[in-house]
Amino acid sequence: MRSPVTGWLFLAPTILVLTVFGFVPFIYVAFVGFFDWNPFAANPDLVFAGVNNYRRLVFDNQFLRSIGLTLQFTFWVVLSQLIIGYLLAQLFMRDFPLKGLFRTIHTLPLLVAPIAVGAAWRLLCVPGLGPLPYYLNRWFGIDFRLGSFEHQAFITTVVMDIWHWTPLVTLTLLAGLSAMPKEPFESAQVDGANRWQIFWHIMLPLLKPVLITTTFIRLMDALRTVDEVWMLTGGGPGTATRYIGLHIWRVVFPQTDYGYGAAMSLMTLYLTIMLCWFLYVGLVARKPRAS
Amino acid sequence: MKKKGIVLPLVVWCVMTLITLLPIWWLFVVSMRTRVQLFGRPSLLLDGFYWGNYVEVLENEEFRFYLWNSIIVATSNCLIVTVLAFLATFALSRYKLAGEDSLFFWLITNRMAPAAVFLLPLFLLYTQVFRLGDFQLFDTRIGLILLYCVFNLPFAIWLLKGIMDGIPKELDEAAMIDGASTFQVLTRVVMPLAKPGLAVTAILTWMFAWNEYLFAATLTSVEARTITTGLAEFVTVTGTNWGELAALSMLTLAPALIFLGFVQRHIVAGLTFGAVKE
Repeated sequence: MRSPVTGWLFLAPTILVLTVFGFVPFIYVAFVGFFDWNPFAANPDLVFAGVNNYRRLVFDNQFLRSIGLTLQFTFWVVLSQLIIGYLLAQLFMRDFPLKGLFRTIHTLPLLVAPIAVGAAWRLLCVPGLGPLPYYLNRWFGIDFRLGSFEHQAFITTVVMDIWHWTPLVTLTLLAGLSAMPKEPFESAQVDGANRWQIFWHIMLPLLKPVLITTTFIRLMDALRTVDEVWMLTGGGPGTATRYIGLHIWRVVFPQTDYGYGAAMSLMTLYLTIMLCWFLYVGLVARKPRAS
Repeated sequence: MKKKGIVLPLVVWCVMTLITLLPIWWLFVVSMRTRVQLFGRPSLLLDGFYWGNYVEVLENEEFRFYLWNSIIVATSNCLIVTVLAFLATFALSRYKLAGEDSLFFWLITNRMAPAAVFLLPLFLLYTQVFRLGDFQLFDTRIGLILLYCVFNLPFAIWLLKGIMDGIPKELDEAAMIDGASTFQVLTRVVMPLAKPGLAVTAILTWMFAWNEYLFAATLTSVEARTITTGLAEFVTVTGTNWGELAALSMLTLAPALIFLGFVQRHIVAGLTFGAVKE
């Protein structure tokens, strides 16, 4: 009755679609990266260039700066979200009125189109219109102009991302906290451990699996942030918020230097994987110390 | 565990709710103002309902076309993904297939790829390689619909796999002994039981397709532009028409407001790939 052929027939369309639109582009980008190819140059054909494109990358200051900015952005975003998300999740562990409603509203940013998030924050920040520049100036005397000050633009993209994605961290950590056994905490209290010791020696190790998963998911998403930042700052002022996704998309790709763009795309993928791998080795695979 | 007061969580969550709603509320307020009302001291309070911005946006044929494209792309993608994922998970959970674990893993990894990395190869494939005579996938709705399967299918397969495994195999075996064909088992036995899961999968898939911007902006130019690309163009083209920009943004995020209640319990599982269950 259950012949494997029928099973494969059911799977076939899925495998076909994912191969053609998921796997082929990956092979293709690796292939194009080894060629000089600019359809609008004197020679519009593919010319084999070996690793030339990759050699160019290493000395490309704009590329390196974008990578650096992306890493800074990712660091601040993920760190803040883990801290804020953890504190909020702890608050959700208590019982209080209207919890369900608060939770539902907290989930809202996750469903909103990133491009609309960017538009909303842009409207908050436009000088002469948005409340942010107006009240920052009035209450704190800060001259808030995203288009002029690099630091402000950078910080605003970080704050926007925290607004957008902290709910995910809160909810995943909440799931982790809810699934936690109570006994270790109770016996630790009986044994007279203080709050810090309980947090450090019991809470963190128990929460570690969920914490690591959350970190990786947020890390990978933060590394590829494009839409919101494009709407908010357009990568500016100058190149202050031109993260790597924006760089490939708005700068390299429109130059129609396809071979180079492909090399950069592949390098970005490689760096993403390496970063995750190093973190994985550092956080997860480290052998427990002999004690 | 010790019981603590309710004051602290209540205060913090009231503040958090205000922060969460502020940008969206501000969009709404701006979309309800005339150009003259927009300047001066930025008041966060609604000063009356003015629908002019929405009328302007909806009377614009281009934006109507973008909205229409978005609806078609998201709906078709959602139907294709839900059906394919339903069949695929049925196969994965009911048949013994060689290497199905590695296959499942491969299906899931498709979601992890950073979008910006695949823009260039997909653009080149769509304009140069995947073509039949004059037909190319670039700037077609079908091109977007198929592409969105790459990031929606893995997620849908994951979500449905759990639900499919939860439906007892004895049920479809009993049906088969009674002489039901595989097709009848699928439609009469499994589908009714998987309905809630299918609904959540369909809504989330639809939302993800509706929200997508980067590929839509790169792989279309005129004929298949979606509402998100329209929103982005709006900023660069008209610059300062903030009321209409806000109205268009509100239309873009309206589905999120509508579906929030239905899917909020599942969105975390959806976004974390089941690594975190609630």
